[in-house]
Amino acid sequence: MRRPVSLYGLTFSLPLLIWQLLFFVFPLVFLVALSFWTVRNFRLEAGFDTVNWVTMFGRPVFWQAYATTLAMAAGAAALTSALAFPCAYAIAFKLSPAARRWAVFLMVIPFFTSYLVRVYSWQVFLSDVGIINVMLGWIGLGPFRLLNTIGATMLGYMTLGFPLVVLLQLFSLVFVDRTLIEAAHNMRCGRLRTVFAVVIPSARVGLVIAALFSFILCFGDFVSPIYLGGGDPTTLSILITDTTKSGQQWPRAAVIALTMIATLMVVAFLAVRFAYKGRTK
Amino acid sequence: MTQDDRGARPALSRRGVLAMGAAALATPMLSRRAFAAPTQLTMLAWYGHAEPDIVAEFEAENNVKFVPKYYTGGDNMLGLISQSPPGTFDVILSDAEYVQQLNAAGYIEALDPADYPFDEFFPEFQKFPGHWDGDTLYSVITRFGFLGVAYNTDALTKAQASTYDVFWDPALKGKVGHFDWHLPNLGQMSLLNGNASPYDIDGAAWDAVKEKTMTLRPQIGGFFDYGGTFSSLNNGQMLAFAGIGDWITGTLERNGAKVRSIIPEQGGLQFTESFSIGKGSSKAELAKKWIQYITSAKGQSKSAQMAAYPCLIPSQKGWEVLSAENPDEARRQGMVPGESNVMDLIRSGRIKYRQLPVQQSLEEWNDFWSDYKSA
Repeated sequence: MRRPVSLYGLTFSLPLLIWQLLFFVFPLVFLVALSFWTVRNFRLEAGFDTVNWVTMFGRPVFWQAYATTLAMAAGAAALTSALAFPCAYAIAFKLSPAARRWAVFLMVIPFFTSYLVRVYSWQVFLSDVGIINVMLGWIGLGPFRLLNTIGATMLGYMTLGFPLVVLLQLFSLVFVDRTLIEAAHNMRCGRLRTVFAVVIPSARVGLVIAALFSFILCFGDFVSPIYLGGGDPTTLSILITDTTKSGQQWPRAAVIALTMIATLMVVAFLAVRFAYKGRTK
Repeated sequence: MTQDDRGARPALSRRGVLAMGAAALATPMLSRRAFAAPTQLTMLAWYGHAEPDIVAEFEAENNVKFVPKYYTGGDNMLGLISQSPPGTFDVILSDAEYVQQLNAAGYIEALDPADYPFDEFFPEFQKFPGHWDGDTLYSVITRFGFLGVAYNTDALTKAQASTYDVFWDPALKGKVGHFDWHLPNLGQMSLLNGNASPYDIDGAAWDAVKEKTMTLRPQIGGFFDYGGTFSSLNNGQMLAFAGIGDWITGTLERNGAKVRSIIPEQGGLQFTESFSIGKGSSKAELAKKWIQYITSAKGQSKSAQMAAYPCLIPSQKGWEVLSAENPDEARRQGMVPGESNVMDLIRSGRIKYRQLPVQQSLEEWNDFWSDYKSA
């Protein structure tokens, strides 16, 4: 049934609408327009030319960076979710309410420090003469190349996403109906099987949304690939900086950015559809 | 309280209160007249040029306050200017290859050469190409530097580092870094290939540069921005670096890191920083005064020792002041008059200007660089 638009309803929804228009829709429309502009002698010229789309989509380096970024962000989302789950599970089911509050507080603390600073501090641990290699050296191992690798980038991605994923998973797990778990146990369902057959399906929405957030954060991240991955391999965020850094090619950077936005929208849509699949309300 | 008590106090009439209030309100105006608020001078520059170690004295002497806007490369600079209304920046620092772009776009004012101490400069810098359009001056050179092989002195000897071929040394696999900008890196590859004018090369020579560069890819441990270049050299993660020079390693060396830059046998590149006055600046006189200050012998000596990154200076008088003030730094940078110095390198023809590609488009060089990075 359609409900008439009331002034009361508008009072609460209008600010959000204006906010979305100002800071999402308008910039997005500008970005679309910009992608059809051209650059001559370092200066942007407004117009309608598909050259940027044709050029970027025709370059193997773009698709290579796209596949790399997609795979790394998906890998980071899966890995972060898998590692965060035992942590969130323990906080939700094994800790007392007081200890749980402390755990949530501890998960929030990383957000007090700049992500860039946290990533830089990893360099102290991972470099060839860093803490980890020095400690390995004590037992006659190494040095191993840890910094400027994909593994280091993944570590950076987890630094970015892990606390948030734990929190999102936790909020989903604490609302799992305990009677379902008790029922499973009463029916002699083992502990591990209960987790996979009862807990995870019950908390599916939160778990998927947590993984989605991790994917979104990592897909657009510039800091970890550059400062822990050494800029190798090229991700889409690095390709954007490369494109703007030389020759003022903002329109081509806009093409990359729009492709990233479209990808994130598709992934978010599919993830949400999967999360709510089979739910009637 | 009695009437007498009240009478004993100084009378505080309404008029008195008003007079005191007016005086209190006027105090800031009076003090402002005595200590006039400093004039703000906007500067668009690489980081460090408007920091206290460089500008404090000029600010105090002229009651000026610099408002810096720092950029991270010539393209970034052009972008910032084109997005700002005319007159936003009073003083603009630019690398030589971008001065012509600034001039072509009409972003900078023509200057009177008589205003600046060119007679104190080495002859090579009195009419620097790119800073002039015919006989019209647009930018005054303030400092320059060389780009060669940067290396870790614990890992490599000076002799080993004195050729670009060292980047291909199997012992350095995964330990060679690139400063992530195509122009200096590909210019060095072009020098290695024996091109006398590294940026003015024909199609065949360009193909050869690309081919040679691609063979270096397996050696590369990473592509770094300004901060990443510093940290990866400082923590020994990278042992050799292409595309940089003393402007990075000098800063690290001053702080005790075991890194150094050398001009290899195939030659080095030269970058140049120069000051211009922004078109439409309402403080052009003050901007001129600043350029006069920083190109004076005293200002040049300060500039050579800049905390953010050291550089060479074109003023002979500046060399003399630097040698008197800080002989160690003058010797470290090779700017001691009467000794073997950096001018010998230039005069022997081993240094080429970094510039935009002449026979190819900038886009072509940039696209290759992206392909190289993702290879």
